[in-house]
Amino acid sequence: MKYFHLIWAALFRRKTRTLFTLFSVLAAFLLFGLLDSVRSAFAVGSSSVAAAERLITVSRISFTLALPKSLLARIQAVPGAADVTYANWFGGVYQDPKNFFPSQAVADNFFDLYPEWELAPDQRKAFHDIRTGAVVGATLAEKFHWKVGDKIPLQATIFPQKNNSNTWTFDVVGIYHVADPNLRGQENNFFFKWDYFDEARQFGNGTVGWYVVKLADRNRADQVAEAIDALSADSDHETKTESEQAFMAAMMGQFADIGLIVGTIMGAVFFTLVLLTGNTMAQAVRERIPELAVLKTVGFTSRTVLGLVLGESVLLLVLGGVAGLGLAGAVVSAVRTSLPAMGPTSPMVPVGEAIWLRGLGLMVLTGLVVGALPALKGMRLRIVDALSGH
Amino acid sequence: MNVLRKLGTAATMLGAIVVPMVVLLAAPWWLVAASVAAFAAWMALTRAGRQAVSITRVGIATITQRLGSSAVVVVGIAGVVGVLVALLAMAAGFEATLKQTGADDTAIVLRAGAQTENNSIVDHDSAEIVSQAPQVLKNSQGQPIASPELVVVASLPKRGTGLTANVELRGVGERAWDLRPNVKITNGRKFQPGLRELIAGKSAHEQFAGLDVGSNLKLNGQLWTVVGIFDSEDSHNSEIWADTAVVGTTYRRGSSTTSVNVRLVDAGSFDAFKAALASDPRLRVDVMTTRDYYNRQSETLTSEIRILGTTVALIMAIGAVFGALNTMYAAVSARAREIATLRAIGFRGAPVVVSVLLETTLLAVVGGAIGATLTWAIFDNYTASTLGTNFSQVVFSFSVSPLLLWSGLKWALAIGFVGGLFPAMRAARMPVTEGLREL
Repeated sequence: MKYFHLIWAALFRRKTRTLFTLFSVLAAFLLFGLLDSVRSAFAVGSSSVAAAERLITVSRISFTLALPKSLLARIQAVPGAADVTYANWFGGVYQDPKNFFPSQAVADNFFDLYPEWELAPDQRKAFHDIRTGAVVGATLAEKFHWKVGDKIPLQATIFPQKNNSNTWTFDVVGIYHVADPNLRGQENNFFFKWDYFDEARQFGNGTVGWYVVKLADRNRADQVAEAIDALSADSDHETKTESEQAFMAAMMGQFADIGLIVGTIMGAVFFTLVLLTGNTMAQAVRERIPELAVLKTVGFTSRTVLGLVLGESVLLLVLGGVAGLGLAGAVVSAVRTSLPAMGPTSPMVPVGEAIWLRGLGLMVLTGLVVGALPALKGMRLRIVDALSGH
Repeated sequence: MNVLRKLGTAATMLGAIVVPMVVLLAAPWWLVAASVAAFAAWMALTRAGRQAVSITRVGIATITQRLGSSAVVVVGIAGVVGVLVALLAMAAGFEATLKQTGADDTAIVLRAGAQTENNSIVDHDSAEIVSQAPQVLKNSQGQPIASPELVVVASLPKRGTGLTANVELRGVGERAWDLRPNVKITNGRKFQPGLRELIAGKSAHEQFAGLDVGSNLKLNGQLWTVVGIFDSEDSHNSEIWADTAVVGTTYRRGSSTTSVNVRLVDAGSFDAFKAALASDPRLRVDVMTTRDYYNRQSETLTSEIRILGTTVALIMAIGAVFGALNTMYAAVSARAREIATLRAIGFRGAPVVVSVLLETTLLAVVGGAIGATLTWAIFDNYTASTLGTNFSQVVFSFSVSPLLLWSGLKWALAIGFVGGLFPAMRAARMPVTEGLREL
């Protein structure tokens, strides 16, 4: 640490070159931050604490097939299931198919299982009492200027009403908020009462799309899931129960092999980055050979010179990398607030601890790799040759 | 004041980076070709042009002495172009697969408001009424070429990973073969109506395990036999097909289907067909040409991949520009004495600027060509799959077209130009006396 000043001075000996290299490093780590955020979102799925306590039960054949509502009482009776709710995909369209947002018919107790979606007690009661009531996310309400008391017509894409009408009209009775800014993307849902939906729809009556089970003890997720699936084994509506995270991850995995795409891009980026900063460091050391020789003359050991050059290249990477990751964090949070969520999750996770750790690791590693050759050159320097060379 | 001036300089620099890039990226090929031709004429015909040529020659001849730093420009730009072309090729491949599906003279009928087959239900009576419309083409036996189709989603293990993914099981009517004459059986035979037999599309067969001819598989608790493999050269290749009625029984859908597909007398009769169905009080359906239907499915994903590709390439390009700037500034300062000598014996500033720009452009073109060629070699016809509109896998191949290669090359040129411009200007502005003293 006592040589920090020396390293800093060496780094900014040629300001323009160092600045340009810093910008390249910044660009590389900006990309790293953004892509790792996407990759993590697809790898982890929903990351909230509450999600870890929830299981999702869907039809084993395909999650698009409905399950009988009669299963509800039997799942409630499973030991370890603290609470059960259910929902059905509605897929409504507001005015134009381009205005896509997820819309679902849910049971009255749905919000009990999703504590991260905050709904005022009087609004929750209204949702319970009013048959055509709907609860919408704050972001969604803001986008269409909806407020409590508005009547919202949605066009059904799947479920026409018994009277053949495709238009369902709902009364907004509540607006929910998500406190965690990282989960703001979830404020984009439209929920309404399953009872009303089931009574009025033309077909599929008495079925639900999926069940959500809250675990009494999150460590017993596997046993509870098995017990639930055993209820319908060998029936014509076998179920598959898994954690909400696993369900989301499987769903995301079907979109694309995100890991492969991101890995390939990052490979290209870092290969270039190593070459680029390596070149800068090689130039920097080449120029400074007489200076390094002077350092050695006044008593710096070869090892210290090695450390100085390595320190310089690591510092270069860390300075640019931290700026890049910081920028990535800002970009990600901006994107997350403006993008609609894909289901309960968002295609990007915030640039948090894990990404920072991976990023810092990469910075130090890249710094060591690109500094190695120039540093060895500096270490092996013979004072006489170096001083006489110029 | 100083800060203000610095800000002004920064803004000017940014403008100088952004404007030429935008112009170049938006320029059609003939404009670029014309400018290149004009430039070549300038070099061959004017005195300054000939000076530029001779300076450039020296610059290029000395590249070998600066191999390491020149490689930075080449590799940096190759990386940008490679990533850009690969992602755009992915978008183009997906779009092409869905756009090849469907035609103007076949139509798909869905329940009103359904938008996708997965959401739609058409009951048996409506399907009959639709098939009887006068605009539907009749085959040689006088039967309308209409296929009531039932799309359901099945989960099958993928080859390689063994993880289950969704595959689209499409029940088709007996006249589906007249409806889609492009479908060829490449192995085995067609399924027999009424039996639990199915045929697998070429891509589905490649992606999913257990779809070889002769193998048995369990769908919704029932045992099915794979009797053939078909190739339709479009997105139907990602599906497995069986008899509508049998799929309906297995999945307890009764006699209802998800869509009716018909072949029209000709493409021009679509409007009349649509009007006829709309005016029939017994029907509540939406109708569109199959081309429209499949085109719409590719729109969202294609534009998302394009945005992703361009964003990633843009950030990489900014990184590469700074790399090129470093290299070229170093090159200019290494040649400071030589350039100053040239200026002292009467060479003007413009040829110096042009020669530095030319050198960077050359490096950029080499980098762009390497990036584009590598991408083409690795990714052309590379097979991938994603989740389509019906919650099932759509298999597609990357398609690296000459047009994409050209746009990659344009990006390379833009990066080279910007990366060379400032060092070139410094070279020209350098005071001669100072340059001569430079070591």
